[in-house]
Amino acid sequence: MTTAPAIETKDLCKRFGAVQANDNISLFVEQGTVHGIVGENGAGKSTLLKMLFGFYQPNSGDLIVNGQKLDLDSPSDAMAAGIAMVHQHFMLVEPFTVLENIILGAEGQGMLDHAKTDARAKLLGLEQQFGFDLPLDTPVSQLSVGERQRVEILKALFRGADILILDEPTAVLTPQECDQLFELVRLLKSRGKTILFVTHKLHEIMAITDAVTVIRAGKVITRVATSDTSPENLAEAMVGAKISRAVERAGQEHGAPRLRVDGVSAQSDLGHTALKNISFELFDGEVLGVAGVAGNGQTELLDVLTGLRPVSDGTVTLGQELVNSNEAMTDPIELRRAGLAHIAEDRLKTGVVADMSATENSILGYQREPDFSENGLLKLSAINDAAHSYFESQDVRPRDPSLAVASFSGGNQQKLVIARELARDPQTLIIGQPTRGVDIGAVTKIHDQITELRNTGKAVLVVSADLDELMAISDRIIVMCEGEITGTVDIQDADERTIGLMMAGAHAEATTEGAGL
Amino acid sequence: MSASAKKLPGAVEAIAMPFLNTLIAFLLSGLLIWALGEDPFYALSLLFDGAFGYQEGIGYTFYYATNFIFTGLAVSVAYHAGHFNIGGEGQAMLGGLGLTLAVFWLGDTAPVLSVIIAILGAALFGGAWAFIPAWLQATRGSHIVITTIMFNFIASALLAYLLVGPLQRPGGQMPESSDFPEGAGLMKFDELMSVLGFSFEQSPLNVSFLIALLMALAVWFLLTRTRFGYEMRVAGKNQNAAAFAGVSVPRVTIIALMMSGALAGMMGLNELLGEQLRLIGNFTLGYGFVGIAVAFMGRNHPLGIVLAAILFGVLYQGGAEIAFEITTISSDMIVVVQGLVIIFAGAMPHLMRKPVTAAYARLIGKGAA
Repeated sequence: MTTAPAIETKDLCKRFGAVQANDNISLFVEQGTVHGIVGENGAGKSTLLKMLFGFYQPNSGDLIVNGQKLDLDSPSDAMAAGIAMVHQHFMLVEPFTVLENIILGAEGQGMLDHAKTDARAKLLGLEQQFGFDLPLDTPVSQLSVGERQRVEILKALFRGADILILDEPTAVLTPQECDQLFELVRLLKSRGKTILFVTHKLHEIMAITDAVTVIRAGKVITRVATSDTSPENLAEAMVGAKISRAVERAGQEHGAPRLRVDGVSAQSDLGHTALKNISFELFDGEVLGVAGVAGNGQTELLDVLTGLRPVSDGTVTLGQELVNSNEAMTDPIELRRAGLAHIAEDRLKTGVVADMSATENSILGYQREPDFSENGLLKLSAINDAAHSYFESQDVRPRDPSLAVASFSGGNQQKLVIARELARDPQTLIIGQPTRGVDIGAVTKIHDQITELRNTGKAVLVVSADLDELMAISDRIIVMCEGEITGTVDIQDADERTIGLMMAGAHAEATTEGAGL
Repeated sequence: MSASAKKLPGAVEAIAMPFLNTLIAFLLSGLLIWALGEDPFYALSLLFDGAFGYQEGIGYTFYYATNFIFTGLAVSVAYHAGHFNIGGEGQAMLGGLGLTLAVFWLGDTAPVLSVIIAILGAALFGGAWAFIPAWLQATRGSHIVITTIMFNFIASALLAYLLVGPLQRPGGQMPESSDFPEGAGLMKFDELMSVLGFSFEQSPLNVSFLIALLMALAVWFLLTRTRFGYEMRVAGKNQNAAAFAGVSVPRVTIIALMMSGALAGMMGLNELLGEQLRLIGNFTLGYGFVGIAVAFMGRNHPLGIVLAAILFGVLYQGGAEIAFEITTISSDMIVVVQGLVIIFAGAMPHLMRKPVTAAYARLIGKGAA
């Protein structure tokens, strides 16, 4: 084949102040292929994508689309060149129907009805061609996450895109929805579309791509045909060294029950029922994973366990103490004093105050402990010492606690939070999304620390949207769907398929029956 | 340097930027004065002569500044707790009422004690006037901007009623109270100076300036040294993180806004207990609103607020001098100049950030090379 590559970049550079986000990125993506781009958080993937989609303009270097050198000044330039992007967070107007969302930005003249009629005809053709089955007149708010993603893709096709950039498309999907997405990607490829598939999940790269480019620290490390590489090789290219878990799970039996959740129901912020009659126990010396598609009650569960949300029914008991019932809720300060630490799932929203210094953040939640304040006055030198020791113990960089938390990378912010929460040797840990927005090198260290806590007899509950993560560190996994526990599995019996079905709402009995048939 | 090059060092940030903004406002004002056919440099010299050229002028400058320190601090305390208290006017009026009641209650029998009670009364009434909006905000989510501005009108009406009714000077025609009893007032600065063996021209400047400075120090201490100040700032920046840290956001909101109201209420000490020695209607003259500009120009830092308050003192006193000396420049023109300073230094604090950052980066680059 002698056709020009769909996308080719030559020595693309982009810097932000002192940070060289993209350093001489040269890559090419052949027509009609699925091309993977992998790299750690902060490797420069998003910067590259944003240049390809016209959000950013490169400082130097060339961007060549279908053999033509282009200067993309805005996303509309990119769309005119046939490039469309499906963002990780969908850009849809929820109360609008599918049809209205798709024509948004391409409504044509003053009268909407014309545009709608024309669009409907064109969309029906596209739906047939690519095997979509989306209800055009249903509001997007009534669609599942997977369906919304297909709306985004259909929208891109409607605009005449030939090159689709999918940014972390599987992050929000159940395993079954992922399978459907992969089918669609293969179909798109067979119809001649070119797809850029950006992810950090290596098995997806292996499953769906034809070739893959690995980016590390703003540079292209390697470009290989997928058939010539392995997940291990890719991981090594991503982080620059072989990553290995240093801490193994000691084969101990778990200890006594530490945290008991009994028949708990609770409401979401909007007043909907978010938890329905949840019961489980967390034992000393175990890691209990909580799996589920984001938004199925995990956030409310974390709140209920950590004294941030009252229950409407049921009880939460820590050791012998009743800590949450519809009569009373122990506040977070008392819970911490009772040995329960909480690493919040949304760091920037809850776990830190981003524009206060790391020093000030290192006492958040512990500001009333006698070593940090007395008679209403802060003990500034003790606080300073604590911050420095936290930076030391978790190797937070840069080593300057006077900087605002916002100026640290996600991984370093998380290290600071972990240091703060582990400082008082808590017996119980409630962790939400332990490695969200954390780079791979730090991920391993965090997993090791969690395992170590478990090995020393602590009770650890981990909520994560990343099933691989839970499979790697948990002793048991409970699965949540629509505020209910749809199943509990021991790690030795856990397989992604069954858990995936439970995440989609099938109860444990049903899935085992299904397996039996 | 691993620290982000986008950040400016504290000194540049806190001093150079407001200075540049003020400079732009002055340049524009100069152009306006020039367009009126007057000499801007003469006007500028009048401004500074009027404000600092003679002792009485200095007295007036710092007398005005005292008001702005109180109201500026009031705005900043609420701001650090995440709220925008624009009820300084009303809280100051009620503070004035509180101190008036105290001196009429005790002034005849124990003037000195009455002054002490009056100081507390000013703070207490100002704080209490902020309590209702604060409570509505904390428990019902009623927006503090709306409620405090409404409470300004209520305070104004209440004072008007009292001053043509029960509190009016017997037989008087003006909306004002009787004079405070003899001795029930704050010491004038010139009196203080003569006690200390110096001489200073008579002016309205009185010891409430020192009380204001003390309050600035207290606010600084509250914000940086106390646990409550810490929890208040956490709640002001991130309510979720505050809940996570076990801080009761409604409680912090109510206390912080009451502190804010108390500071605004203390403005009456300067105007009434220091100078007028009687309660007069609408004595606040918009100082509560100027406090917003002062707080923002001072970057909500107590020291910055004191400096910004003095600048506004200069504008008020020196501006009056200009209006007096140059007939084509009316006092309305002086309000325009004040407005320009508020716009550039208060409302657009980041206007010069890019060029300053670039200039600073070049400077550092040179230094390193």
